[in-house]
Amino acid sequence: MITFQGHLAPHKRIIGFFAVLVAAFAAVAIIGLLVSMLGTFTIGGLQHLTWSFLTEAPRNSNMEGGIFPAIIGTALLVLIMTILGVPVGTATAIYLNEYAKQSSVFARSVRFAVNTLAGVPSIVFGLFGVGFFVQFLGKGLDGAVYGDANAKVFGEESLLWCSATLAVLTLPVVIVAVEEALRAVPRELREASLALGATRWQTIRRVVLPNSLTGILTGSILAVGRGAGEVAAILFVGVAYSMGSDLGLTEKFMHLGYHLYVLATQSPDVEKALPLQYATTLVLLALTFLLNFTAIYIRSQLRRKT
Amino acid sequence: MAKDLPIKARTQDFSFYYGSKQALYNITIPMYEHRVTAFIGPSGCGKSTFLRSINRMNDLIDGTQHTGLMEIDGTNVYASDVDVTTLRRRVGMVFQKSTPFPKSIYENITYGLSLTGSKPKAELDEIVESSLRRAALWDEVKDRLHHSALGLSGGQQQRLCIARAVSINPDILLMDEPCSALDPISTGKVEELITELKDSYTIVLVTHNMQQAARVSDYTGFFLLGKLIEFDRTRTIFTSPAQKETEDYITGRFG
Repeated sequence: MITFQGHLAPHKRIIGFFAVLVAAFAAVAIIGLLVSMLGTFTIGGLQHLTWSFLTEAPRNSNMEGGIFPAIIGTALLVLIMTILGVPVGTATAIYLNEYAKQSSVFARSVRFAVNTLAGVPSIVFGLFGVGFFVQFLGKGLDGAVYGDANAKVFGEESLLWCSATLAVLTLPVVIVAVEEALRAVPRELREASLALGATRWQTIRRVVLPNSLTGILTGSILAVGRGAGEVAAILFVGVAYSMGSDLGLTEKFMHLGYHLYVLATQSPDVEKALPLQYATTLVLLALTFLLNFTAIYIRSQLRRKT
Repeated sequence: MAKDLPIKARTQDFSFYYGSKQALYNITIPMYEHRVTAFIGPSGCGKSTFLRSINRMNDLIDGTQHTGLMEIDGTNVYASDVDVTTLRRRVGMVFQKSTPFPKSIYENITYGLSLTGSKPKAELDEIVESSLRRAALWDEVKDRLHHSALGLSGGQQQRLCIARAVSINPDILLMDEPCSALDPISTGKVEELITELKDSYTIVLVTHNMQQAARVSDYTGFFLLGKLIEFDRTRTIFTSPAQKETEDYITGRFG
């Protein structure tokens, strides 16, 4: 008769038991963290989360009124950043994955640059934004369009330059995400297409991209979601302390993350500002969750189709 | 079998390198029109590399080089003025693993046609039907042409790939171990198909399966370690091989 009784030494069993215990505790701790975080903000902020809070501009040094300009500002920021960054990131990833010789000096330099960019602290991107976009590109544009480098149209901190800065910041994440999606397309499909006389570009457009669209979209949205909550990178590039509800591409704007910072550090009445902070946090979290859930939804929809 | 068949493609002292590693040594082979030429040999012997050199699929790999001549209809396929997409339209390929696109059956067949511009729907319908008929798949799929090709069985998928390859009407059909992932019944169907298709195409077949080479091919080449050990009529190779290595291999003494 075959038996399955183990011959494991007792101390090994005990080590195994503790390993499982620690892993389980860590898993529960993650859930606990999320619940307590959401709980704190919900309890502290929910009574302030009124319709007028969501739809009105702030008044009286941000202590009254709402955060409507910050919501719209953040949404527009994310949108413009996506329009600027995702196509460039996708194109770079296509180049790296589909065209470049992996051993070539140029491809390796691009990869090195992407990895380095990914490790740069976000405040450095902020300084880059002021120096490159506002001072260099902005003033250059003013000089070219208006004949005066100090026309202060493009050469000022603005929503546009914040978006551009965040586009650069999220670029490495987008590139890595898109490359991963492209790599998931089986080599055999590319070969089948090429063997039918398709050019590389035809193969990319008609086989590779349709089969990696889900990954590209979800990867991009998640990358963009990271940028949505970023404050340090735009600190000097165009966020405003308080504004009305009108917005312009070349104007300063309000941002939910920066608004939190302002409420926490520059309020005349800290006690009164706390519930406002919690309510603003809830809105910011809702926005990033919305992006994440959109990514998940798109993924499930496209999966169903194929 | 007439002796003086026209040669469709041939190589002369063709050598091939992956970087500094030589994979093929001075291969000289004729491939006769409307005949099935099979290449046999153990894994890694270079037979697939040779096959993929014919339609220049090896171009996709970085750092490959070749010397010698690879000719189709008297034209060197590696000449600088050869357009590789045009070459591949004339030299169709069926792979080891069936690779239908995750599209409908209909779109799989029309993919190759659509690469060079749009055609009227009636013409496409006609080509889809004739291609599927040639691949002996029409009766099985005619009622679900617009369903996903991924819903087909493995054997059907491989025949779909054959239909896709013939849809652009190539001269030569390269088959890289087309049955190695199929069950015996599907294998039988594909082998039958190969015999029928040689009336229209010149077929070059790479196979692991010696019985398959014996069943369907007219000529057989035996590869070993990147060298062509022997090339002759299939019957000669399998009944009275000239080389000892060939005999050892086909009698199962190694490989």
